[in-house]
Amino acid sequence: MTGLPEGCDLFTPGHRACGGCGPALAARLLLKATGENVIVVNSTGCMEVFSTPYPETAWGVPWIHSLFENAAAVASGIEAALKKQGRSEKVVCICGDGATFDIGMLCISGAFERGHDITYICYDNEAYMNTGIQRSGATPYAASTTTSPAGACSPGNVRQKKDMPGILAAHGAPYVATASIAYPADFEKKVRRAINTPGPCYIQVHTPCCTGWGFESGETINMAKLAIETGLWVNYEMVNGVVEKAKKVKRKPVEEYLSRQKRFQHLFKPSHRDDLIAEIQKIADANAERFGIDIRSKEPIE
Amino acid sequence: MLEIMEGSHAVAEIVKRCRPQVIAAYPITPQTHIVEALAQMVADCELDADYITVESEFSALSACLGASAAGSRVYSATTSQGLALMFEVCFNVAGLRQPVVMTIANRSLGAPLSIWNDQQDSISLRDSGWLQLYAEDNQEAVDLHMIAYRVCEDHDVLLPAFVCFDGYVLTHTYEPVSIPTQEEVDAYLPAFNPYQRLDANNPLSFGMYATPDYYMEFRYEIDQAQHRAKEVFAKAGREFAEQFERDYSAPVEGYRLEDADTAILAMGSICGTVKDAIDEMRDAGKKVGLLKIRMFRPFPADEIADALKGVSTVAVLDRNISLGSGGAVGTEVKAALSGSGTAVYDYIVALGGRDIRKKDIAGIVDLAEEGRGDMFYGLRTEVL
Repeated sequence: MTGLPEGCDLFTPGHRACGGCGPALAARLLLKATGENVIVVNSTGCMEVFSTPYPETAWGVPWIHSLFENAAAVASGIEAALKKQGRSEKVVCICGDGATFDIGMLCISGAFERGHDITYICYDNEAYMNTGIQRSGATPYAASTTTSPAGACSPGNVRQKKDMPGILAAHGAPYVATASIAYPADFEKKVRRAINTPGPCYIQVHTPCCTGWGFESGETINMAKLAIETGLWVNYEMVNGVVEKAKKVKRKPVEEYLSRQKRFQHLFKPSHRDDLIAEIQKIADANAERFGIDIRSKEPIE
Repeated sequence: MLEIMEGSHAVAEIVKRCRPQVIAAYPITPQTHIVEALAQMVADCELDADYITVESEFSALSACLGASAAGSRVYSATTSQGLALMFEVCFNVAGLRQPVVMTIANRSLGAPLSIWNDQQDSISLRDSGWLQLYAEDNQEAVDLHMIAYRVCEDHDVLLPAFVCFDGYVLTHTYEPVSIPTQEEVDAYLPAFNPYQRLDANNPLSFGMYATPDYYMEFRYEIDQAQHRAKEVFAKAGREFAEQFERDYSAPVEGYRLEDADTAILAMGSICGTVKDAIDEMRDAGKKVGLLKIRMFRPFPADEIADALKGVSTVAVLDRNISLGSGGAVGTEVKAALSGSGTAVYDYIVALGGRDIRKKDIAGIVDLAEEGRGDMFYGLRTEVL
């Protein structure tokens, strides 16, 4: 794998991701930002499966996959070993939302509390996509998944997303950020900042999944953009626990985002569920309030 | 030079001299004295290791896996529930062919909760791909750590190992032991030379997934490495014997077995009691001997069959139970001796710290010679 052809990305094409895969784009942007001097720890999930069917690998940097839930602990050991050997590689985890919000929580909490010099990136597609679109702690309110199906007496997923960035900031992480594949330069900039900040840093990057959310594969970036434009996803940075720089937007109503995804179709058919849509609008409004993202008249952007 | 010290401290002393670069451990009784001692050595700059105080055993072994894959020699220690929590990682470490050495301070598994000694914990991981070595006393526990690193890191093996010694009975017992000097250990155990490592100068992918076209071959290769480990262990044991004049090169070891009609098979500290019992039975004219199993994985089936040629009755002492079947050691010994004409009886003994005495050993020999076995021995029927 040494000596990649000139101009070839470190995350190489020919992998098995779906057309329009958000996480695949995140992986490519990640390595563009880190460069070659990195060791990647990948949890079990879509990205691991589509990028490394033995004997093929898409990774042009050293890469390890151990289990679903232990990436942060494996990274702790790698970081300790590199330190003792006097080596300079950066250690970066990239893991899905199930691996991060749910099953890997113990290992992440431990690694962040201990203060290892690692960057943990969660590619958040808001459900367990590899196993067939089951809900996770990152699934948004009222999304229909195979384990939180909408039905006569269910609105779909009954809980809001867990505030993972807030939880990790509370561990004393020096740098926590959210990002979106719709804003690649911003994501790359945040990755560079994270790997150059000593201590455990966390980036949660929004990576829409056309298969799991139910939209055309050419719409991935538009969907990521709409999440930001409706206030249902906010791009921000937290430095030592304090929110800095949240991306400001002229907000659109949440319906514009919801109506284009199959996972929210039950809000529109057979009847228009104004009550549930209003609940989701409240979530966007609360985000706007918390992060101060609304652009008011004549206010400069960002 | 012999020094009197606690088993756990003796193990910590030898681990220090094996120079692990990364230690990751989580406290659990009766393993704690080992990892406390190592933490103090790091704090006192006696041991130049990064000591990761993980939040669980699951992370302890995961961190060891990462550090080993990055090219450092690693160490951990655990027991019982901690090892059970590592179950998933254990299979992964072996599958990723990382030469992790871990001490198991053998303890029973709950429920009911018990902090006392049997060997259910490590034996329950018998299918995980780890080598399993069992010490009879603290000197053997010390020495097996050095040998384990040598064998695991050999490029013909590249597998992890449990060095097992009985919780409390050995971990908390003061015995005279000889701790090799740093120079002696360095002469025996070279610096870790990883076969492959995570390295930006040579980017490799570790832990890719395998389709049905490849999975079986990976498993086959691990099994082959297990079998090769037997020879590598014998060689490492012989070289150890040359340097230290203590010989562990055989995976099984006989005691007064030469003309024995009945043999007892056992693993771990119980062998000491068995030897005393055998001496008494021999004095009384009984032809009884012991075959001690030092290496449970890879399983030395041929060596056991060879050692027991001419023995008519075998009594296996199992300090574990595969519930619904029988003792794990007994089951494998029966398979190893099938067709030999030797009668093999299995006895589930000394679970959860239940004491076993010389008279119990004599009682078991009597039962075996009467053809009664495959049973729990020493049950308190009054509380059933």
